[in-house]
Amino acid sequence: MNSQSNTPNDLGVANSAPVLPGVVAPVADVAARAEALRNALVTRNLVAAEALNEVVHEFNDVLTPRNGAIVVARCWIDSAFRARFLANATAASAELGIAGPEGKRMRALENTATVHNVIVCTQCSCTAWPLIGLPPDWYKSAPYRSRVVREARNVLEEMGLPLSVDIEIRVWDTTGDTRYVVLPLRPQDTETWDEDQLRSLITRECLIGVALPLVR
Amino acid sequence: MDGQHDLGGKLGYGPVAVESNEPVFHHAWEGLAFALNMVSIGRLRAYNADAYRHSVERVPGYLTMSYYERLLTGVTTLLVAGGVVDLSEIEGLAGGRVPVSGPVAPSIRLGSEHFADSEIGRARFAMGDLVVVTATPTQGHTRCPAYLRGAAGVIEQVYALAHVPEVRAHSSARCREHTYAVMFEACKLWPQDAAASTSHTVTVDVFESYLEPQIEPQIDGSLGTKLTEGAPT
Repeated sequence: MNSQSNTPNDLGVANSAPVLPGVVAPVADVAARAEALRNALVTRNLVAAEALNEVVHEFNDVLTPRNGAIVVARCWIDSAFRARFLANATAASAELGIAGPEGKRMRALENTATVHNVIVCTQCSCTAWPLIGLPPDWYKSAPYRSRVVREARNVLEEMGLPLSVDIEIRVWDTTGDTRYVVLPLRPQDTETWDEDQLRSLITRECLIGVALPLVR
Repeated sequence: MDGQHDLGGKLGYGPVAVESNEPVFHHAWEGLAFALNMVSIGRLRAYNADAYRHSVERVPGYLTMSYYERLLTGVTTLLVAGGVVDLSEIEGLAGGRVPVSGPVAPSIRLGSEHFADSEIGRARFAMGDLVVVTATPTQGHTRCPAYLRGAAGVIEQVYALAHVPEVRAHSSARCREHTYAVMFEACKLWPQDAAASTSHTVTVDVFESYLEPQIEPQIDGSLGTKLTEGAPT
């Protein structure tokens, strides 16, 4: 193939010429491809290597499910905060200093005794980064994305969360700008627990809705 | 487009594999690829999130690549297409061929100059309205999942204006409309499925232009009752 013109709306790009007709050169190692792109941008002074490292640090250490645990535990002990979180998850999270990209339109989904919520992005991987962090591989995988909308009960059971048929399952497919987070029910026998202990119960899987907080 | 990425309701992918104690990034290059995308969108303004999604949707062998390899391929494609870097340079630095996404559909490229700025201020639908998804397949980017085509649902909530993906992925025009949380019953989306019971709903963020009012009600009022039971307090 020959290279194509690069007009702003022409996002198609052809590969460089093959060695022989029908024969293409071996694909470069994926890490080498990422480093090549970085080096090209850094050489042009378009990006500083430190700025890239900062992004990695932010997603490894700052935007993590720990934030979701902080917010959910606060909801469990403070009913006024809980009401604010359900009304506007973005604003209530900001009260606790929790904010960030993919967090401008966050909405909390409240589990009840009869309703269980679970989140998916069937077309890519949209997630409420400030509260849940980057999603795990299973969330981005074809089995989860294809199946949870269609056979949620089976998928949840396979993932270790069998739900009674009396419980309605609400699946939320993130195809717009809204980013969801599940607010689980506070487990029984935690009345005497302090906020820090409660946080320890809340995992990333609880915030997505494929697990429940468990008292061991 | 009728893309390989549009997975909702597709069959045959098997069980969900969960890795215990999964790290955020498994390899340093994954974090680097992710950061390159964030910086390209946020600082360089080389492209936007919809163009990025569409680029990934066009990656040949999407399902055979890991998530971050798809991401890297989509980012590389857009930076080359935008003239920010040269593909031959990247291939030279990487020491081999660098895969890129397939081309944007010719019909979209030809029509792209006709995208115009627009904004619909007033929401056409209200909570509880019965609607049907009338969006048809497109060759370009869309956020209407294929499993919703022709489906009848009820407006669960009216959301704020959002950029229309069909426009923003393909042009610089500023075009926004309301999105809605629309609730569908799984047993109506997949009527032959035993697994899709009545106690299972799917709520999707749907752009206004994908929807029309239901003329002949195709769903009963029970879904509306569920809404009021589950309304935010």
